[in-house]
Amino acid sequence: MFTGSEITEILSELGITDVVWLPDSEMGKWESSLESADELRLIRVCREGEAWAVAAGLLLGGQTPVVMIQTTGLFESSDSMRNVLFDLHLPIFAIVGARSWLMPDSNDSAKTFTEPFLKSWQIDYRLIEAVEQKPMLANHFRHCQEKNQPGLVLIAESSI
Amino acid sequence: MASNMTTVEALQVLIDQRRDKQIVITNQGSSREWPKLAEHPLDFHFLPSAMGAAIPLGLGLALAKPDYEVIVISGDGSLLMNMGTLATVTASSASNLSIILLDSGVYAVTGCQRNAGSSGNVDYAGLARATGFENVSHFTDESSWRNGLSDLLTSAGPRFVWLNVTAEHHTLPLGKLAPIEQRLTEFQSALGDS
Repeated sequence: MFTGSEITEILSELGITDVVWLPDSEMGKWESSLESADELRLIRVCREGEAWAVAAGLLLGGQTPVVMIQTTGLFESSDSMRNVLFDLHLPIFAIVGARSWLMPDSNDSAKTFTEPFLKSWQIDYRLIEAVEQKPMLANHFRHCQEKNQPGLVLIAESSI
Repeated sequence: MASNMTTVEALQVLIDQRRDKQIVITNQGSSREWPKLAEHPLDFHFLPSAMGAAIPLGLGLALAKPDYEVIVISGDGSLLMNMGTLATVTASSASNLSIILLDSGVYAVTGCQRNAGSSGNVDYAGLARATGFENVSHFTDESSWRNGLSDLLTSAGPRFVWLNVTAEHHTLPLGKLAPIEQRLTEFQSALGDS
């Protein structure tokens, strides 16, 4: 969907300072672009629950981080996400790879539970599943910034 | 490992040797005891929290504020829940971060049930070294901890300090903590002002 240079350019334009990530096979292709961008810091975590907490510390310290993980990691990290978004009320934004989304015949449970999960957590999210929807990433980030609220963009993927 | 150092005694050493531009993040047991002992604008009592999240939160702050020293006080149960975070710390460029591990062998907040490291089976110093920490210390009594802290904080970070403490049930610091929204606002204000 997005190339590494496209993502890097968008994040830079949005003023993102840090990408806290645990990549999947599609987001992983962005690594060299993210790593080489002067204005971005790439922070590698071991498990997705850490990502929300690292981003929280960065935000408290005045930075503008994004969390970048896959849907499976989103599920894993929900206690940390709960704490950061709903106890601490920190307006952290996440970019999440939606595993198997573009595989119509997939019965991947990660695909099945993605939207019910986000709805139950009352996360304001957008789904990008076609090239013409790419501007939604920046638009939704700006919307969440203006509202001072958390937000998330799902990027549809064709692999697991 | 047997110890007669209480959590309060361990925390008091840090309080007595507090320096300027030192952020202290407490969590779980320490967040219940520290507010009863001291108050400082650069304290962040991570309560409510997610268990195991204090170290990564401290890492984020350390990366965001390289001119500050960040001290994270974590319990052993929390570290056991999120051991990978030690590798996350050393993989980052943060040298202004110190992790103080209070090892009581129990879940001190829920009533002192034994945790998976309670039989002395976990070598936390070895774990820290194996994940890339070069500055690792281990203290089992209050006197050596008090004598060792000063040198430790002037040496290169990130630092990992393993303290054996007695098993105690820690209760909420009722009446000592403002609502989290207020504490966050005040903490961020202190970061901006200091």
